[in-house]
Amino acid sequence: MSTKSQEVEALVGQKYRHGFVTDIESDSLPPGLDEGVVAAISKKKDEPKFLLDWRLKAFRHWRTMKEPNWAHVHYKPIDYQDISYYSAPRAPANAPKSLDEVDPKLLATYAKLGIPLHERARLAGVAVDAVFDSVSVATTFKEKLGKAGVIFCSFSDAVRNHPDLIERYLGMVVPPTDNFFAALNSAVFSDGSFVYVPAGVRCPMELSTYFRINAAKTGQFERTLIIAAEGASVSYLEGCTAPMRDENQLHAAVVELVALDDSQIKYSTVQNWYPGDENGLGGIYNFVTKRGECRGRNSKISWTQVETGSAITWKYPSCVLKGENSIGEFYSVAVANNYQQADTGTKMIHIGRNTKSTIVSKGISAGHAQNTYRGLVKILPSAAGARNFTQCDSLLMGPQCAAHTFPYMEVKNPTATVEHEASTSKIGEDQLFYCLQRGISAEDAVNMIVSGFCKVVFKELPMEFAVEAQNLLSVSLEGAVG
Amino acid sequence: MLEISDLSARVAGKEILTGVNLKVNAGEVHAIMGPNGSGKSTLAQVLAGREDYEVTRGSVTFEGRDLLSMRAEERARAGLFLGFQYPVEIPGVNNVYLLKAALNAKRKAAGEPEVDAYEFLALIRQKMKFMQMSEAFLSRGVNEGFSGGEKKRNEVLQMLVLEPKLAILDETDSGLDIDALKVVSTGVNSLRGPQRAVVLVTHYQRLLDYVIPDQVHVLSGGRIVKSGDKTLAQELERRGYDWVMESRVA
Repeated sequence: MSTKSQEVEALVGQKYRHGFVTDIESDSLPPGLDEGVVAAISKKKDEPKFLLDWRLKAFRHWRTMKEPNWAHVHYKPIDYQDISYYSAPRAPANAPKSLDEVDPKLLATYAKLGIPLHERARLAGVAVDAVFDSVSVATTFKEKLGKAGVIFCSFSDAVRNHPDLIERYLGMVVPPTDNFFAALNSAVFSDGSFVYVPAGVRCPMELSTYFRINAAKTGQFERTLIIAAEGASVSYLEGCTAPMRDENQLHAAVVELVALDDSQIKYSTVQNWYPGDENGLGGIYNFVTKRGECRGRNSKISWTQVETGSAITWKYPSCVLKGENSIGEFYSVAVANNYQQADTGTKMIHIGRNTKSTIVSKGISAGHAQNTYRGLVKILPSAAGARNFTQCDSLLMGPQCAAHTFPYMEVKNPTATVEHEASTSKIGEDQLFYCLQRGISAEDAVNMIVSGFCKVVFKELPMEFAVEAQNLLSVSLEGAVG
Repeated sequence: MLEISDLSARVAGKEILTGVNLKVNAGEVHAIMGPNGSGKSTLAQVLAGREDYEVTRGSVTFEGRDLLSMRAEERARAGLFLGFQYPVEIPGVNNVYLLKAALNAKRKAAGEPEVDAYEFLALIRQKMKFMQMSEAFLSRGVNEGFSGGEKKRNEVLQMLVLEPKLAILDETDSGLDIDALKVVSTGVNSLRGPQRAVVLVTHYQRLLDYVIPDQVHVLSGGRIVKSGDKTLAQELERRGYDWVMESRVA
């Protein structure tokens, strides 16, 4: 056995860095799901009737649906009656009114994760909404954003304070009956983030939400809704972590983006849910529906994702390009190591004239992982002059992993241009040896080569997070070359 | 500095080196010549520590250390540099970034602090000027889209920045036009010094018009069959390799 492979063995033993559990009292519903549970969640949140009705409609529809099985992922059937659909850290009285009233243990948890919630902290210039299990615990920089007219708050707050906006936009892009997991989320979602940027406003800072699953046997079903009114622009980043547990935990989120005329939404994700151990035990099942609609002319929605976590990733951030000249972008790095399974990609639906989309997907597989790109480019008859460019590259590290690419294209307008490029490469022994011969360690060399591979995607991340993403990538792949 | 004795090695079960003996002292330049398939590149790769090559017999010491027990990156940090015959492309990884990482790895191993970014850039600019390379090089990926000549210049540039004790240049002259050959030769000559040694692996004599070797060796059938001074290279140029092999048989 070569020294190189021994090193690899040692390095592969690296641990998930966010796998701790916070010992905090929580207020949870017992496992199980029926109309009573849906109603109980709605009641706990003191929701208006339209929302309860909306949830119940989703739930009734969900019961008629089957879990999808077309994705290239394998897992034991999920027992939806064995999951608790609501868990909230128990606050002494009511919800905290300011950060000073937030349970110090929670603040400590976020500090451990590297997300200090105090406004004077390191991430100055980034407003953070932190969601712990089912509820939002704190949103920073509310005042500064308020001055600019930007609404950035937890979903629950939005329901309380801006019910008109919620009623108008909720489900506009992802209807409650859209798919199995979206329907489930619509029935039981407990919190999430809400952003409204009014006409002509450029959001003065990066917005960010951190999601953390803490309680055992709990699902997390958050919902994010972002609306950019005419001429507005906003950049939003979500990050996710979870403790290490032997059982799998379900995360089924829905994200909806609405971009009106001349507006821009940039949505970045750094997903680092617990991926399970090196034998594939435990980890988060991440079944997420993310979709943006460019409703207005000249609007633009850009998805950037760095997916390194989860046992299973099932997500296809998509753009519905309705407005004339609207633009959709998808930049993705998906890493799968050990027994992780990732089935991810995007859908670009071109409806308006001269709509344009770009897809750049970089898949990295190591260990026994399965990494699938699944994408759809659909050009409707109305989309004269539409253009798409797709590039899918896969990088394989080691002999036991696999990469799959399923690009679907439906072009129904003859004036459209659709380009597709794909490549699969193994991390080159030659590249590795070249770096070693220059004195660079195997680990640094792999990081360097992989970062080079992902560079075009990292360039799209907000500056503050590009570094974080790169670090995350190296943690996920430490020693994965064989 | 470098002492190779009875070195044998095979790759994919095939014996390529069959007992190489060679001694290179500090301050010397040696040329290793020989026909295709004689094992020249294999020798270079084995010395640099490529794992695909299995050493079956013999020993190599580098400044008194057992070279064969060192990993490739340790050899590099100890001052052994290989100029590749076919430098590989690493898309997305910046030339300067790689070179800085390499220099820092070496400095770290020597217990020196990391190089200051500003000083480094000044250093690399100076060396680039020396190698007549364009500024655009700074922003490009490692060998990404480089012509054959540019790749070779880049190898020499890296060598000049890393200042190795022992530089093994594997056919760095092949594929160069005469102007590029002169630039590359100037680069190699600038590295010559009493503390350093250079091993030129080459097919042709023309590089040796510009970089005058102290010794010339002919490798054939996996071992050195003839050694001499620079006139040996000229004789090889005139008479080809066959007479060496014939004289060996005789």
